[in-house]
Amino acid sequence: MGVQRKGGTRVTEEPEELARHPLQAILLADSFTTKFRPITLERPKVLLPLVNVPMINYTLAWLESAGVEEVFVFCCAHSRQVIDYLEKSEWFSQPNFTVTTIESHNSISAGDALRLIYERNVIHGDFVLVSGDTVSNMSLTQAIQEHKERRKKDSNAVMTMVIKQSKPSPITHQSRLGTDELFMAIDPQTKQLLYYEEKADHIKGFISLDNMLLADNPSICLHNDKQDCYIDICSSEVLSLFTDNFDYQHLRRHFVKGLLVDDIMGYKIFTYEIHSSYAARIDNYRSYDTISKDIIQRWTYPFVPDVTFFANSATKVEREGMYRAPEIEQSRSAQMGPFTVVGKGTRIGNNSKISNSVIGKNCAIGSNVSIVGSYVWDDVTIEDGCELRHAIVCDGVIIKSGAVLEPGVVLSFKVVIGQQFVVPAYSKVSLLQQPTMQDSDEELEYADSNSGILDSSISGTMDKLNGEMTSEPASELGPGGAGYVWSISEGGHEDEWRHSVAPIPAEKLAEAMQAIEDDLELLNLDGSALSPSGELKPDSNSNDSEGDDDSRDDTFEKEVEATFLRAVHENIKVDDIILEMNSLRLSCNMTSADCAGAIFYAMMKLALETPHPAAGELYKNVASIVSTWQKLLKFYAREIDDQIEVILKFEEMCLESAKEFSPTFSQILHLLYDKDILEEDAILRWADEKKDAEESDKVFVNQSEKFIQWLKEASEEESEDN
Amino acid sequence: MPDVQALVNDFLNKLKKRKIEGSQATSRQTAELLRSVISQQRVPYNNQAGALIDAVKAVGEQLIAANPVELAVGNIVRRVLHIIREEDLSLTTAAMAGLNLSAVSDDEDDEERDDLPVLSAAVVAAAARSTLRPPSLQTLLEDMPDTAAIPHTSSSGGDSEGKSKSADKSSRSRKLKHDVIEAVNELIQDITTCHEQIAEQAVEHIHQNEVILTLGSSRTVLEFLCAAKEKKRSFRVFVAEGAPRYQGHLLAKELVARGLQTTLITDSAVFAMISRVNMVIVGAHAVMANGGVIAPVGLNMVALAAQKHAVPFVVLAGSHKLCPLYPHNPEVLLNELRSPSELLDFGEFSDCLDFRSVTGSPLLHVVNPTFDYVPPKLVSLFITDTGGHNPSYMYRLIADYYSADDLVVKRRTTSGN
Repeated sequence: MGVQRKGGTRVTEEPEELARHPLQAILLADSFTTKFRPITLERPKVLLPLVNVPMINYTLAWLESAGVEEVFVFCCAHSRQVIDYLEKSEWFSQPNFTVTTIESHNSISAGDALRLIYERNVIHGDFVLVSGDTVSNMSLTQAIQEHKERRKKDSNAVMTMVIKQSKPSPITHQSRLGTDELFMAIDPQTKQLLYYEEKADHIKGFISLDNMLLADNPSICLHNDKQDCYIDICSSEVLSLFTDNFDYQHLRRHFVKGLLVDDIMGYKIFTYEIHSSYAARIDNYRSYDTISKDIIQRWTYPFVPDVTFFANSATKVEREGMYRAPEIEQSRSAQMGPFTVVGKGTRIGNNSKISNSVIGKNCAIGSNVSIVGSYVWDDVTIEDGCELRHAIVCDGVIIKSGAVLEPGVVLSFKVVIGQQFVVPAYSKVSLLQQPTMQDSDEELEYADSNSGILDSSISGTMDKLNGEMTSEPASELGPGGAGYVWSISEGGHEDEWRHSVAPIPAEKLAEAMQAIEDDLELLNLDGSALSPSGELKPDSNSNDSEGDDDSRDDTFEKEVEATFLRAVHENIKVDDIILEMNSLRLSCNMTSADCAGAIFYAMMKLALETPHPAAGELYKNVASIVSTWQKLLKFYAREIDDQIEVILKFEEMCLESAKEFSPTFSQILHLLYDKDILEEDAILRWADEKKDAEESDKVFVNQSEKFIQWLKEASEEESEDN
Repeated sequence: MPDVQALVNDFLNKLKKRKIEGSQATSRQTAELLRSVISQQRVPYNNQAGALIDAVKAVGEQLIAANPVELAVGNIVRRVLHIIREEDLSLTTAAMAGLNLSAVSDDEDDEERDDLPVLSAAVVAAAARSTLRPPSLQTLLEDMPDTAAIPHTSSSGGDSEGKSKSADKSSRSRKLKHDVIEAVNELIQDITTCHEQIAEQAVEHIHQNEVILTLGSSRTVLEFLCAAKEKKRSFRVFVAEGAPRYQGHLLAKELVARGLQTTLITDSAVFAMISRVNMVIVGAHAVMANGGVIAPVGLNMVALAAQKHAVPFVVLAGSHKLCPLYPHNPEVLLNELRSPSELLDFGEFSDCLDFRSVTGSPLLHVVNPTFDYVPPKLVSLFITDTGGHNPSYMYRLIADYYSADDLVVKRRTTSGN
């Protein structure tokens, strides 16, 4: 085929070459986070059952049905388990669908993974980048088509990101998947992504956009009701970009933001919105819960429990979303509620009630057990009279009679809960002890990296631990219990309710509502304090808006000072310098008062820096500078308010940066008055304002008391004269 | 053999992932797959029929499990099993007759012998069947088309028979396989031409200036209406759109393209329009043994409206849609719940989620069943490729097409009568 095509011109050959490549996909079988701990200490996340089928099967089945022909599964943490699983499954023997595993032990992030894949040189064209915890039924054809067409026109369009509508909760500022509220700016015409921000901090209530964004694009749409599906269609350049920028770790936080900020290379990211099809990623326990429910409600059709899409046993769907596998032993008096899935070989005793839950294979559930909204995996034994509410119970757990799991509990593999024991809400129990590394947040995110090696060593010692546990029955989990309760400090208790399987408790909602009301009040106060013109707060290039005000002032002052010094040294005319100052003021969106203050500051600084052997000399310096540049200062200090600003600035200088001026304060004040820069009203009002101030603030008022007195008298005389 | 396995796996995958739509396509592909299974199957020295039945059952079991809702798969598997049994029976009777014949007329010329294979397959089977079972109207009618098909079978079948002179075992086994494959070919032929055969009867049912109502889209209905149109009947068609997939829109466009006066209405307007309708003609997903119909969702409502106004409710169904099973709990067990996104965009669904819900499960549930069950009492007439039938007659028709041994397709250690 290739030989025949050689005859064609080079231009036509290239697109064909692209089309001829089989569609490839990279599946990251590691999320590089610790959100599913403690479960992920023992089993990789992609093998955790989601409605009784390991997650990775959903992703692979979708990729296969979407026409992907070659998948590279990147395994890092517990790579052996993933590879073993895939080898046992039928994925390696599918026609027209090759699965290749790439194993790595030292990758600590998605960035590392992609760099490694780049080194292997296996990706030849456009590829789909997903992680192994993606559930979707979208068709890729359209998205890939759009991506390829864009590529033909613009080779810088390296990536197409799949998004979907999903409104975040106005109260908790998180999506239904438990992820943080996401802000995206998208060009409505070209669908180019211009801005991407996951608000980790909900309190601020505002986001800052680069003003270049508004300048460069005719129109932008700012969305906070879109959800990132973490399905990316990438061109092969993406891999080399990761190699070039070795500090890119996180796909979104570093790579996407990096590309958006970097305008030298001009790489562009586009979005593709899906409407009717489903796509979501399991990021935390809450999304595990939500996506399970979506699957049970068949949004992911055909990847639903009663369709044997892969490695799941035949299940029959009944009324009200009940899914029952064959060979279930169910007592007549047991009540199976709506939206429940029961796996093969499970026994359910008398008077037990199960609703909105998923029960795995070969579980033994006793009598009078109540299970609500919980996820019980395989081979779990639940003895009589237990109560489970919104919990995740992993394989092989034994819950002895009368025990209670409160909402949000996670029981990792083979934990034993003692009789009558009440596991408190949101606790995580594992046979393994909590790793003690408590680094900063950022590092923790990538700490899982080491988990690949670390975890295996832990699992090695697990059996030994197990032995220890059984030898001492007085466990912290009631009589006969086995396992360690992890302290919740990791991530803070604040996060627990946000990301757990349990629905958000009412009191938390009330708290959040209260917080919003407070915010609103605060915002109203802010609103009145906002400048009358009501302009948006301008943005500097830095994205962190903390201390933004100060830094902006600083940069403005420095700019003014530099301009002023240049004017002094190059003898620029006053009119020209006013022009320059004006443009500077407008670009930084400053008031003329700010400007006057800054200019005065610059002048004083110049005076200070000019050599002066004695204090008297200093005054002379000031006098000469002020007289030369009085026109400039007068231009900005026209209004009384501006003049007060100048005085305040001067006062501030005397107190802080240039204490040398403090003895000559009243003298300089007088000088400014003489030069008609300051009007007497301004000085008098300043003095008035300071009347109620603290004693320390009144130093300069006191110093210039005589002068003020004189001014007052003069004005009185004047009025008398009139 | 391995390539058959690959074919089977490929087809299984397609069935599992719901990539094949429509019972006609499914049944044709199933028949083709089974044909290749049979042709690849090595037959042992004796009990060839048993071996073939086992092979077909093994594959059939997997196919049925892959998509239990698509009844056409099971129908075809059972039809093929039935064919094998019939051919085996006919061969044994023919062999016995042949032995008698050869004993009697050893030195007679070839003309006589050429007649013998003529009697093979279906005719003998029909004869044998008539001795085994009470004669049905169908078997009597069946004689006619089969004699027409004889030259076809005899030309190929005659050769082997002519050469083998006596009832040689090995040639008999080849003969059985050969005959079965021929019969399966006929079955495939039947499936592909069922539209035309049904459409041929259109003029008998659609009269001048009538108003016909249909719902959704069905290829059979389209061909049926067009056949009547070609015979210069002028009539009008009301098409109910068939929410949520709105295939009625497609049908309406096709009808208009063929020059039929068409009116498109919503499903909910059916009752309002039914008083002006002379006949309801719809397609079916499957016809059950009791004469009940598994049909696209919304049809039960149409059938009830038709009954209320005494409008004939006619169901068109190719014989591959006849299912020998009885419906138990058909609304659920024989239904397919498709993705709710056909009704509501997922984005909109996620918008109406209440984060304050106490149970954690969403208050909104979207359910999208694909099929309706229309009980037999609501159906006036079935039109199959063999003619029009009453719902109460369906079980007889099914008895002609299926063997009672195959109702449960499960592999046993030995089978084959």
